[in-house]
Order: sequence, then C-alpha cells, then structure tokens
Amino acid sequence: MVISALSGVMALLLLSPIAVLLVASQRASTLIYASCLIVTLLLTAVGGECLFGQPTSSISLPLGLPWLGAHFRLDALSAFFIIVVNIGGATASLFAIGYGERESSPQRVLPFYPAYLAGMNLVVLADDAFSFLLAWEFMSLTSWALVVAHHQERENLQAGYVYLLMAGFGTLVLLFAFGLLAGNNGNYLFESIRTAHLNAGVGAIVLVLVLLGAGSKAGIVPLHAWLPLAHPAAPSHVSALMSGVMTKVAVYGFVRIVFDLLGMPAWWWSIPVLAIGGITAVMGVLYALMQHDLKRLLAYHTVENIGIIFIGLGLALAFKAHGMAVAAALALTAGLLHVFNHSVFKSLLFFGAGAVLNATGERDMEHLGGLIHRMPQTAFVFLVGCVAISALPPFNGFVSEWLTFQAILLSPQLPSWGLKFLVPAVGALLALSAALAAACFVKAFGVSFLGRARTAAATQAQETDSNSLAAMYFLSAVCLVAGVLPGIFIDMLAPVTNTLIGTSMPHQAGLDWLTIVPVAESRSSYNGLLVFVFVAMSGSIAAFAIHRLASDKIRRGPAWDCGYPDSSPITQYTASSFAQPIRRVYGTSVFHAREIGDMPPPGATRPAHFTVQLRDLIWEAAYAPIGAFVEYAATRLNVLQFLTIRRYLTLVFSVLVLLLLVLAI
Amino acid sequence: MSVIRDFALQGTQMLLVLFLAPLFIGIVRVVKARLLRRQGPPLIQPYRDLARLMRKEVVLAHNASWLFRVIPYVVFAGTWVAVSLVPTFRTGLLFSWTADLIALIALLASARFFLALAGLDVGTSFGGIGSSREVMIASLAEPAMLMIVFTLALVVGSTQLSVMAAHMTSGAVGLRVSLGLALLALIMVSIAENARIPIDNPTTHLELTMVHEAMVLEYSGRHLALIDLASELKLLFYVSVIACLFVPWGIAPPDGGIGAIAVGMASYVAKLAVGGVLLAAFETSIAKMRVFRVPAFLGAALMLGLLGTLLLFVSGSL
Repeated sequence: MVISALSGVMALLLLSPIAVLLVASQRASTLIYASCLIVTLLLTAVGGECLFGQPTSSISLPLGLPWLGAHFRLDALSAFFIIVVNIGGATASLFAIGYGERESSPQRVLPFYPAYLAGMNLVVLADDAFSFLLAWEFMSLTSWALVVAHHQERENLQAGYVYLLMAGFGTLVLLFAFGLLAGNNGNYLFESIRTAHLNAGVGAIVLVLVLLGAGSKAGIVPLHAWLPLAHPAAPSHVSALMSGVMTKVAVYGFVRIVFDLLGMPAWWWSIPVLAIGGITAVMGVLYALMQHDLKRLLAYHTVENIGIIFIGLGLALAFKAHGMAVAAALALTAGLLHVFNHSVFKSLLFFGAGAVLNATGERDMEHLGGLIHRMPQTAFVFLVGCVAISALPPFNGFVSEWLTFQAILLSPQLPSWGLKFLVPAVGALLALSAALAAACFVKAFGVSFLGRARTAAATQAQETDSNSLAAMYFLSAVCLVAGVLPGIFIDMLAPVTNTLIGTSMPHQAGLDWLTIVPVAESRSSYNGLLVFVFVAMSGSIAAFAIHRLASDKIRRGPAWDCGYPDSSPITQYTASSFAQPIRRVYGTSVFHAREIGDMPPPGATRPAHFTVQLRDLIWEAAYAPIGAFVEYAATRLNVLQFLTIRRYLTLVFSVLVLLLLVLAI
Repeated sequence: MSVIRDFALQGTQMLLVLFLAPLFIGIVRVVKARLLRRQGPPLIQPYRDLARLMRKEVVLAHNASWLFRVIPYVVFAGTWVAVSLVPTFRTGLLFSWTADLIALIALLASARFFLALAGLDVGTSFGGIGSSREVMIASLAEPAMLMIVFTLALVVGSTQLSVMAAHMTSGAVGLRVSLGLALLALIMVSIAENARIPIDNPTTHLELTMVHEAMVLEYSGRHLALIDLASELKLLFYVSVIACLFVPWGIAPPDGGIGAIAVGMASYVAKLAVGGVLLAAFETSIAKMRVFRVPAFLGAALMLGLLGTLLLFVSGSL
C-alpha cells in the first residue's frame, strides 16, 4: 500500500519538471492540473483502501542519511490524513483547471503546485524524524514559492517574508522536539521512539516544543500572525490548500507526536492544549469579524477552527491520561472529524472567494454586494459553505462541534479538579466562538453576495466557469452528506482511534434511522438526516399549503425601509458597520477599538468623517518587540561590515583563540 | 398498531404547537393590556392577523433575491421542527431522540442565521441594523445557554429533553440551588432570544430601538405571516423547555394511556397560561434597556450558569 502511495507522490514530483518544460505552451495549465487531479484521486483511493481494511504497511528506502535511510509508513492515521490532503488536492486541481486559465503568471505557479501537493503527502507518510522534517520543510518552501507567486505586489512579498521566518522557526523547534524524542542514542526512527519511554518532564518539554512547532504551522494564537498574511496572498486554489489542508498536516504532526510517539500522557499536558484551543477559537473568529478583505477573513477564520480542533485533541489527551478510553475516543473522533469537515468547507469557501476575485477583481467586501444576482450558482455553494462552517445543522460543521460538546459534557467525570473547572470554561468559549462564527459568515455572505452592488465591478460580474463550479458543487455535496449521514464518517475514524487510544466510539452505521449516539441513547443522540428531512418537508408543505389555500401573488415595488429608502448603494450596511455592535462589545478590550467621529458644526460645508482604530495587541506585544530587537542588533552590528583588514584579522584571531579556550575547558 | 399511534401522537404534537403558539402571544397581549387598564385585543387576534397577512399579496423590493423568498419557509420549518421535538404533553414521542437540547438550540440558530441574511438582502440600512444587533445578542446568549445545558446535564446526566423531563418528574432530583440558578439564567436567555422587553420591544416601530422588527422590515404578506408565526413558535419553544424541565408535573409518561395524555395536555395548556401571565407581568413592570446594556444582562445569565456548575462540583446535592 505504501508503495502505491509513494509512487503517487513520485508522479506528483515528476509533474513539476514537466510543468517547467511545458509552461510556454497554451495547454500547460489544463494538462498539469488535470494530471494532478488524477494522481490525487488515486491517492485518495489508496488512503481509503488502507483505512477500510488493509493493514499497516511500511517501507525503508536507501535515501537520505546513510545510517538511517528514509522510512515511510501508511497506518490508519496517515491514511485518514492522506484522504484529507488528497480530497483537498483533487478539488483544488479541478477548480484550477478553470481558474488557472486566467492566471497571469503561470510559470510561477505551475511548477510548484504539484511539488507542494507531494510535500504534504510526504509529511503524512514519513516514518522517521529526518524524512518528516525534510518533507515538512519542503512543504513550507514550495508553499512559500506559491505565496510570492505574485511578487509584484508589495503586500505579498511582506507576507512571504513573515511566512518564511515563521516556517523556519517552526521547523527549528520541531528539530529540537525530535532531538529530545530520539534521546542520547540518536535513534530517529519513529518505531524506536515509540518504544522508548520518556519521563514526564522531558515529555512535557517535547509537548511544548510540538505545540510551538506544529502549532505555528497550524496557526494557534499567538503564533498565527503569518497565516492571515500568507494564505490570502497565494492564488485562490493554493489559498484553499494552505488553509484547508496544510493546517491539517500541521495537526497531523501534533497528533502523530503527542498521541503516538510520546506514549502515555500526563493529565496536566491537556491543560495548555485546552486553554490554547479555547483562546485560539475565540480570538480567531474575533479577528475574522474585524476584517473586510474576504480572503483574509477566511484565513483568520481558519485560526478559529484550529482552536476547535485543539479543544477536541486536548480533551482526548485529558481523558486518555485518566484512562477513560471511550471518552477519549469520542473527543479524538470529534477533533479529527472537524479536521475533515474544515478541510472541506474551508476549501469550498476559498474557491468561492477565488471565483468572486476572478469575476470582479476585488477581495474587499466593501466593494462587492449583490453578487447573488450576477453569480447565482457561486452564491448558492458559498452559502452552503457559510452554513456548514457556522456549525449549523443539518450540515457537517455542526456534527463535529456537537461531538466536541458531548465530550465536554463528559468532563465532570474527570478526577482532577483543574480540568473540572477548566473544561466548562472552554465549553463556554466554544459556544461563544460558534455564535461569533455565525455572525462572521452572515457578514461575509450578506455583504458580498446580498444587498446592492457597491461598485461597477460588482455590477458586471460574470458567473465562473463550469470546472470551478463542479469543484464547489462537489464540496457542498460532501458538506451535506457528512452532515446528514455522519455515522459513516465517524465509523471511518474508528481504526484511527483504535491505534491511538486503543478503543473507538460505538459503531454507528447500524443504528436505527442512521442516528448517531456518542455514548448512550439515554444521554444524547442526533439524527441529521431526519432533521434535514423534517425541515425540508415542513417547509415544502407550508409553501404548498399557503400557495394553494391563501395567496401566491407577488408584486415588485421599491424597498420600504420605513419610508426612507435611499437609492445610493453606499447607504447600505457595510462589513465594518455590520461588525460594529460586536466590535463595541468585545473589541474595546481585545483590540482597544476606538471609534472617532468628526462631525462638522452646523453650517460648515466640510464632510463628516468616521474612523475606526483597531490595535493588534498580540502583534504589538509579541512580534513587534522581537522585530525591533533584531533591527536594533543589526544596526549595532553593522559596524562590523566596515572594518579595516587589520581589525578583521584581529577579530578572526581572537575568535579562534576563544574557541580553542572553550574546547580546552 | 403502536407505530400508527406513535406517529399520530407526534403529529398531534406538531399541530398542537402550531395551534398554541399564536394563542400564547394572545394571552400575553391580553394580560399586558389589562395590566395597563386597556381593553386590549381579543384572545384570537394573533390568528386573525396571521390569516389576514396570508391572504394579502407579497410586495417584494425590486432587488430582492430568491434567497429572500425562500428564507421565510426555512425559518418557519426549522423553528416548527425544533418545537415539535420538545416534550410538551408527553415524553418519549416517536422522534424525540432526533435531536438533543444542544441540537435543538443549534436548529434555532440556523433559523436565526437565515433571518439575519434576509435583513441584509434588500440592502437597506434598517435591515442591516437589525441583523447586526441580532447576531451580537446571539453571540452573548449562546455561551450562557451552553452553561445552562451543562448545569442541567450535570444533574440529569443527559441532554435528551425527554430523558431530562422524565428524570425531573421522577422526584430523584429535589430542590437544588444550582437548578434555581439555571432556571433564572434560562429565563434571561429566553427573554433575550425572543426579543422581549427589556432586550427588545416586539411592538415598537420606533426605528432606532428595534432589533427583530428592523430585520424583517421588508417582509410583507404571507412571508411576514410565516416569520411572525416562526417567532411565536420560538417563544413557545423556550416556554415549553422551561415547562418540561422545571415544572414537569402532569406530563404523560411514554406508557401512559389516553387519560394520562389528556392530563398532560390540560397541564401543558395550564402551564402556558401561567407562563403567559408571568411574562406579561414581567414585561409591564420593566423598561426596555439600551442595546449596549444587553452584554451585562446576558453576562449575568452566563455567570449564573457558571455558578450553578461550580456549585454542583463543590457539592453534589446543591
């Protein structure tokens, strides 16, 4: 099995040089993306086959470090993430067959795209620390190349710079983590790390390092700063991959190390994970609410979902440490299901944003509006994505959040008091983030697609091409199916939890009416299918009855608006004014938000002005000082650049003496 | 045979809530008017309003989209399904396990999501003000609601409303401080969620003070009737949840016969009447608060929920 997966990766890697050769030709884009589509579909099938029955398979190749070789392995966890990566990859390729036609500089995108897909697959397959880190860095660098594909825009270059720094930091920290895991013998095989037993203290240090390393890639607060810059800068199908899939590869890194390699966790390891998860979820969505750039809003919102996933993972750690295997399986299933769900609807939403960007040339929601009339199909699929990501039934986002809530409700059985008090608070944060997410997507959809067009570009938008639409329709269908038949997807995760926890959630597929019952029916159950059928039925019956029995007449007229409709579209609510109540309630403390109104006195002819000031306190507290320090140190050390040859020689000599002294001691 | 009976009972519940929702509003309005020494509308006025709106033609704004026309049906259907799954006169109805309390609240959140979108569809400023305030209030109410669910689940060990109601009737619970706190918090959340005084004034048409009414300002005719009916159903949802969790007496058990069901129905209607009187008395005695006072109000509800949970941790019997 692992061999077929690796050959798929090889095929993707080979596509990169082919893309370089072909890039001059007209059909290069279609050809490369279509080949990527086929290969990723095959890889999805390989992952599926492994998850449904095929046993773990591994292989070692004589590559890389001579005394280590390169090891690859396909077990249930890798197989699940292979599926996530390649469903994202396949739909992104399908979307790009149409989208890529309009790419202004295909030579900067095409060669890196297959390599990037290959890199993500390799991370998931790697079975020793060296290959893992190599693949991780390869994934980072190829995605960086895609972020700066449109380097003419200053913003993108800056985003690329910050991204490169953070990616380097992440890999460095992971390097230390693997160093600690490998111990004094330097055994970097995952197999031998698994059997070695670390003491809890070293384990905790590894946990912190992994949280920093994998967490910075996934985008946990406060390491998220690069994410909303880099993800929107890339072409939209790559944004979808970065936000929907690469953050999940980072989650894979966390799960692999913490649940698999580290062995039995100590109960207090879960505290930082839960706290960070809760804070990340709320901060991510609050940041998202303050944005009016559609793609940046989506990128910030990824931060929120990573928080939700980490809440699930933290709960699983807590339950696992206390030997509550069934509850741990529930929490882990919730987290991993959210990994899958988020990859689906985040890709869908980024595709929608890409379609809008292509049609109007605008990412700023304040310049959009009324697109539901011009792009009805894109609007429909984008709406499905919005409902799904806001965790509303009957779509898939709700199922994973509901399972997380069910895991939270089991927390009173935990014996440790710290967790007893922490988990309900995290639950409240989760509910807060879910409600704010709904607000955020009412704003995203309402301002971009509803209302009246705010600019000429939005008035003249055209519906996007059929390939892109096919990709989006497919993903919205997955959102609905995973929402109404969640039992199938939960059962799919059973092998994964079996390997990591030792048990799995009760088998769901055989239950009456396809209900899902996480623990026991007397405790809680949910049936997405029936909810969907009931709502659809009662809605249609109501529509039928009213049209038949009462009235079906419609007259078009001007908007009412309490008698004062204004024909100018700038009198509509904007993204910023929609967020005003929330900004006022939460933003005054979180962002030090200030509203400054400048009203001219009566009789004056100058216009009134209104400005909003927001401060990114995390950036000011954590990033700006480091940047300032580096700047300061660099300026001070700058003198070294302009020394005479004598001084250089003296410097070199004294350093040599110093090093010898150090060696001697 | 028993399957047919179960279906019939579930159907009865659906029609019963649909029938009772306008009546409940009627009771509130009559009592409110009497407390203000007005004559007030007759009890059946809400039905007449609905019938009148249903018969009228719909006036749509020129740029209203298809979504605007679909949303009333979605909102109505979602709310109706949510109320139909709450135990009212009998626990353990055929489909009672379809959704637990968390899922029901999420279903109502779906309805609100679409209604907020409708507020933005025509592109007027009043729609926007209503939608943006509605989602702000929801973001405050939902964490509080979750803490209440948490407290209740700690006592009962379930989030399944039928199981919870049965457990509460069984007498195994007794009087608890934490349940009292949860009840208080639930009442506060219900008031906020249903746009009642002091959070929002359902009868106002003074533009700057309205939230829910501003959001649905562009609706008319049968669309407006459906949205009104949906908000009446939503109010009934919260009243029924409070009734089945905190005053569950009289509710028929799953194995009860015709007699038990009759008692259940009578007690349910009686509970609604009492609830309506209390709501009217409360609304008459208090003034509407400013929009930006709402966070403090709902923050208090959240704290009450949290306090209930903590009390249960400290002592299982409180």
